[in-house]
Amino acid sequence: MASDEVEYVSSPTTSTKFDVTRASVEVRLEGLSRHYGTVVALDNLDLTIRPGELIALLGPSGCGKTTTLRLLAGLEDADTGSINVAGRDITHLPASKRDMGMVFQAYSLFPHMTVQENVAFGLRLRRQSAAARDKRAMEMLELVELASQADRFPHQISGGQQQRVALARALAIEPQVLLLDEPLSALDAKVRAQLRDQIRRIQLEVGITTLFVTHDQEEALAIADRVGVMRAGRLEQLAVPTEVYSRPASAFVAEFVGLSNKLAGTVSGSTVTVRGQELPLVDSSTPAGSVIALVRPEAVTLASDSSGDSGPLTGTVIATTFLGATSRVTVDLGDVTILAQLRTSEAADLPAGSRVSLTIRPDPVLVSAAETPASEE
Amino acid sequence: MAELNPPLADLAADLTGRPAAARRPGGLRASQRRRLNLFRYTAFTIFGLFFLLPLLSMVRFSLEGLTPGSWSVAAWTQLVSYPGPPPLLSSIEITLELAVISSGVMLILVVPTMIWIRLRVQWFSRVMEFICLLPLTIPAIVLVVGLAPIYNQIERYNVSALMLFWAYVVLALPYAYRALAAGLAAVDAKTLSEAARSLGARWPTVMLRVIVPNMWQAILNSLLLTVALVLGEFTVAYLLGYVNLQTNLFEISRSSENAGVLFSASAATLLFAFILLLILSYAGRRLRRGQR
Amino acid sequence: MAAATATKTGARPVRAGRRPPLAWVGTVPFLAYAGIFLLLPTGIVVWNAFKGNSGGWTLSNISALNTGPVRTAFKGSIELCVISSVAGAVLGAILAYAVASGNPEGLIRRLYLAGSGVLAQFGGVTLAFAFLATIGPAGLLFKAGWYSNFPWGIGLIYAYFQIPLMVLVFLPAIDGLKIQWREAAENLGGSTWHYWRYIAGPLLTPAFTGAALLLFANALSAFATIEAWEDQINYVVPQSISGSLISEVGLANAHEGDALALGLIVVVVIVMTGYFFLQRRAARWQS
Repeated sequence: MASDEVEYVSSPTTSTKFDVTRASVEVRLEGLSRHYGTVVALDNLDLTIRPGELIALLGPSGCGKTTTLRLLAGLEDADTGSINVAGRDITHLPASKRDMGMVFQAYSLFPHMTVQENVAFGLRLRRQSAAARDKRAMEMLELVELASQADRFPHQISGGQQQRVALARALAIEPQVLLLDEPLSALDAKVRAQLRDQIRRIQLEVGITTLFVTHDQEEALAIADRVGVMRAGRLEQLAVPTEVYSRPASAFVAEFVGLSNKLAGTVSGSTVTVRGQELPLVDSSTPAGSVIALVRPEAVTLASDSSGDSGPLTGTVIATTFLGATSRVTVDLGDVTILAQLRTSEAADLPAGSRVSLTIRPDPVLVSAAETPASEE
Repeated sequence: MAELNPPLADLAADLTGRPAAARRPGGLRASQRRRLNLFRYTAFTIFGLFFLLPLLSMVRFSLEGLTPGSWSVAAWTQLVSYPGPPPLLSSIEITLELAVISSGVMLILVVPTMIWIRLRVQWFSRVMEFICLLPLTIPAIVLVVGLAPIYNQIERYNVSALMLFWAYVVLALPYAYRALAAGLAAVDAKTLSEAARSLGARWPTVMLRVIVPNMWQAILNSLLLTVALVLGEFTVAYLLGYVNLQTNLFEISRSSENAGVLFSASAATLLFAFILLLILSYAGRRLRRGQR
Repeated sequence: MAAATATKTGARPVRAGRRPPLAWVGTVPFLAYAGIFLLLPTGIVVWNAFKGNSGGWTLSNISALNTGPVRTAFKGSIELCVISSVAGAVLGAILAYAVASGNPEGLIRRLYLAGSGVLAQFGGVTLAFAFLATIGPAGLLFKAGWYSNFPWGIGLIYAYFQIPLMVLVFLPAIDGLKIQWREAAENLGGSTWHYWRYIAGPLLTPAFTGAALLLFANALSAFATIEAWEDQINYVVPQSISGSLISEVGLANAHEGDALALGLIVVVVIVMTGYFFLQRRAARWQS
């Protein structure tokens, strides 16, 4: 049984293995709906993937991201809506004719074929000669840096290697679109990060239009050109990663992507006042009144406070979670608890029990309707 | 696939986001599904007829009266009243007792052994599998030839037909083994036992209170398969000269070929075993729901 | 079963002064039982097959097998077993696929599994009665005489318990086919035909052949149904054996039954070797 060696993935020296002169295609999903009985899996979804772009669909389980992918792949039928690839309507085309490469979450390699035979399988179906397909299969294996494992069987290689073989197999048929269904979910953390980067690198090199489904927001933010956050069959926000993170379109997005502190605040004009501090708003047209402001932990800075005052922004450190380069500090402000993210060296100066004063960096904040009356308990 | 952490992989499967009710096997689209269903229902109809027809014929025969065209339940009442020697009722009793004893031995001997092997002596499981599959392949007839001298010894102590249970447990091994092995595999016995041991449980506790409750359905399945085997067994009893239900029926058929009681007894036995197994398959469902 | 013995993983150290690991002792009861009632009888058969009537060793029992009636019986046995196991395997596989591709919790699957568990066991006397009632002289359907033809008619009747056995044995293999393989094949451009030809077919073949071999061995010992057909001719070997066991013909036949049984054992050993070999190959691909 092969161990999951953490291989150092080198950057490729050539990119001629894939025919990069092939034009990337645009994928357009319009009005897609799908329901199972009374459960609505997908609700009138519109999504356009630009040529060569990698869009990551992000969301909790049941949000419809996998359904979207499977509809695009042709593994399921849509109830309504249309799917266009390169201007051609393929909504009613069977999966086997759609010219897409798909990487599944797990278990998708054929166990009775060697790695090379797996990769060459699609080519075999296209009736290429044995010599041609072996050559191409080896090229693909070199692309994912697994040429040395060509004669092994799937159960003899590690999980990360299996997924790379799956990627090679999907790319071997030179598809127009690449589909990835949570390909990293079942892997160890370190392998996950490396493979993620490798997938992105290959995708950029090859320039293939890609749809990537995941429930891991870190993954989505790291590799996507644009991120689509989904919930209950709908797209809540579709934007570049930085925008999704710093200008979330809804409370759900703000809470799903990254951490948020929920603090009571009052809106007046184009700012919201949170615990005495004025902060700009993401949406300046928010009506005045009591709201809940979502403040990112990294926007909170702490300073040691020996003055003994107790204002709305002073508190006591309860606990610190060490995350490596940064640390997350939990501070008790008396009526609420707040999370701050600091460099570890800074956090080390503020052990549990120390009095601290906070400042909130004036980044635009998202607010949502207050759940409780203006004063927090 | 050691790297794909099993529980995580299952979780990952759940995270495909499709509601449970919609997870159709095979991942097919509507048109393929229609074709598949056409095939399935055709198959079920044909096979259903093939299997049901002889059984229904038996029931019909059993309800026939003395004159053609008339109905009578005589064959069924004869189940208890058919005279010997020996009376049918006594062989029914003996067979039922044999069923109970055989499943009892299976429960006390084989089930603990299999769990023990899975937990403590894994290397032995290949040997166990071989031994348990042997009776399926060594024809019962051969077994009987070899058992005859052994049973001669047994008869010095006890001539009752109940002594057949020694052989019956062996005959039922292949079926019981498969059911138990499947149940053990589904339970991840190793992790559970390690967890229990870390909490201070000793081995008997681990087996009885941790493993068994989680595979009671497989255990029950293996016992019922044993019962089904005992109810239908003919060869060994016949060749060793004992009387059980099937040999009794055989003798009756020798003397009066169309005796109604033959059909009623056969139909009753089949129905009995079938209902038991069917009930079991439903009983399991409740437990699984509770676990989730 | 003292608790403080080391586990196989070595996770717990052996406490000083305790006995060394004796976990295998737990297998002794079962081994003793199987030894006496399974292995010993087999051994007795093999042993006795070579014993002469006066107590010495001889091959005469074996050479006595080379007579007309015995050869006919063996030929009959093998013919019947091949027919019933091939028919049972193919038809059973089809039925197993129909069952496996449906709702795992559904009624149909439960019915067919319960039914298979029962019918696989009732291949003897009960089967004879059932078919007597159906297509016998006074039977329900047609008064077909062909069913008592040997071996084809009986072979078909044997299918009655071979098919359920096949379903029981083969169903897990079909259940083991992962959805992802089908979807991946489709995604790569394969049709249903391609899937079966390149993926499911090769994957299921070892299990199928293994199950068919099991069916063959199972049919070898069935004879009650044939016995119920009143006939003086010994169609199959089990009948010959039963004849020599029960008959009161004198000691001249004492070990002939053993020799016949030995012949059956040889056939079975060949079959089972093939079965285990196939299982090993299939196990290569299991995760």
